[in-house]
Amino acid sequence: MPEISRENRTIFSYCHVADSHTLKTALDYGGYEGWKKARALQPDEIIDIVKASGLRGRGGAGFPAGVKWSFMPKNPTPDKPNYLIVNADEGEPGTFKDREILAKVPHKLIEGILIACRAMRSTQCYIYLRGEFVKEYDILKKALSEAMGAGLLRESGCKIIIHRGAGAYICGEESALLDSLEGLRGHPRMRPPFPAQVGAFGMPTTVNNVETIAAVGWILQNGSDAYRQWGTEKSPGTKIFSISGHVKKPGNYECALGTTLRELIEIGGGMTDEAGFKACFPGGTSCPLLGKDHLDTPFDYESLAAAGSMLGSGGLIIMNEKTDLIKVMARVSNFYAHESCGKCTPCYQGTWWMARIFERIILGEGKPDDPQILLDISNNIIGNCFCPLGDAAAFPVKSLVERFIVEFEHYLAPEKIAV
Amino acid sequence: MIEEKLKAEINGLINEYPSHRPALIMALHAVMHDHGSISKTDIIGLAEIFNEHPAEIQSVATFYTMFRFEPSGKCRIEICTNVSCMLAGSNEIAGHLKKKLGIEFGETTDDGLFTIEEVECLAACDLAPVIAVNGEFVGPVTVNKVDEIIDQWRMANKF
Repeated sequence: MPEISRENRTIFSYCHVADSHTLKTALDYGGYEGWKKARALQPDEIIDIVKASGLRGRGGAGFPAGVKWSFMPKNPTPDKPNYLIVNADEGEPGTFKDREILAKVPHKLIEGILIACRAMRSTQCYIYLRGEFVKEYDILKKALSEAMGAGLLRESGCKIIIHRGAGAYICGEESALLDSLEGLRGHPRMRPPFPAQVGAFGMPTTVNNVETIAAVGWILQNGSDAYRQWGTEKSPGTKIFSISGHVKKPGNYECALGTTLRELIEIGGGMTDEAGFKACFPGGTSCPLLGKDHLDTPFDYESLAAAGSMLGSGGLIIMNEKTDLIKVMARVSNFYAHESCGKCTPCYQGTWWMARIFERIILGEGKPDDPQILLDISNNIIGNCFCPLGDAAAFPVKSLVERFIVEFEHYLAPEKIAV
Repeated sequence: MIEEKLKAEINGLINEYPSHRPALIMALHAVMHDHGSISKTDIIGLAEIFNEHPAEIQSVATFYTMFRFEPSGKCRIEICTNVSCMLAGSNEIAGHLKKKLGIEFGETTDDGLFTIEEVECLAACDLAPVIAVNGEFVGPVTVNKVDEIIDQWRMANKF
């Protein structure tokens, strides 16, 4: 299944056109046609269409968007309003799709927000924008100003405000994002209650990823059946894969869900000349590694879960035969240790210890049972914390020990590895 | 301290939220923009505006990596060393930067011109290896490109 031709893309349909970020270009390419249709529909009718399309959250969790929207109260009041928060805090290493959506087709996002707000009976949206996205902040402000000038926000009754983050991976997790939005340290929250009951400022809230919302306009414009022409039964539609690492043309590619790893590598320009494929992170560094035996695995939610990994954010990092996976995982461990918010003991201590163990292995001071210790720490983290950051740190390390134990042989004598 | 103009800007930010506290992070960004770093008197000033204890403001400010408490050099170079950039050679670029400027990560050159810092994934892996020069993403960089940037800044700052 090849990369979708430019003309068929749902989100990146005109991203290659000059000035694609302007309202004029957006309108030339059918922008806000989906909103026009949504305006004539009742909120629950819009939810039904999004449910029928099977669109799943594109941030990483893959929860059906229409179902998430249906959790919101149907009778909000001025004292208890519904909020939509757009999660634009893209921080999963290897993922860069949202940044390009914001920079190239911000009106896709704005259109999606208008539709989503109508569906959820919300008049207030905050876009939680990653602090480091300075250029994108300017582009988004201008796009909002254009939309306001064209009367689009007045039509919808919506207020859209950009709220900047300030450098914290944990704030990409929806409950920590809510605490950060409220002006606190970004710590995750106990669930229940879920955001649809108690979210931003104590009010019913839905948090959706940029790509999820940006997909909605096309779905309203062309219908849910049309969205299902791509993908699989349970993973319909398209996904923007951020392909990087040892490929010739790193970049964002909108493809049908179910495209295989082999095809994605080809779409990314093929392996660079130095060496063949060894392993990949299929959807960001929070995913278990996949090796050569998975080159023909389709990239959809179910197939990747069955393969013992996950689609995640779709941030596909390709690594060739010359890659030292221990060094890669050491760097990944440093990332999680740095980004752990500190709330949960298994995570903030576990990530710190894993980083220290990789450090000593690389310095040539690794001990024979280090792989087993890494496994024990991982297993102690998984399922024991308030949020998935701990799991995210543990999954890749666990996969390294369970599937790539041979990588340790460069540092620890093979007969001495005790797993 | 928080000058009147900055105070007015912060009050404008507060109006975008249902209560005061949610505007704190945007307010800290405004202080960073005007002052380059956050001082103790800034923290006390913000505590007054937000009607919070200074320790509370400090606790929030220290959580986020973009808020700094020491001034940076005129040219702040941040280099991503996370996986995709590492695979593209960022460690070699980092080593070169340290050697050329004679400083470690987190340090500023004696002439106050350059500060270098190691950062996590900037969501710009198609530009790997990527650096941010005063917040602007530049990539893919090579040793030569980095030398060019440094030389340009040095030229522009000779008196």
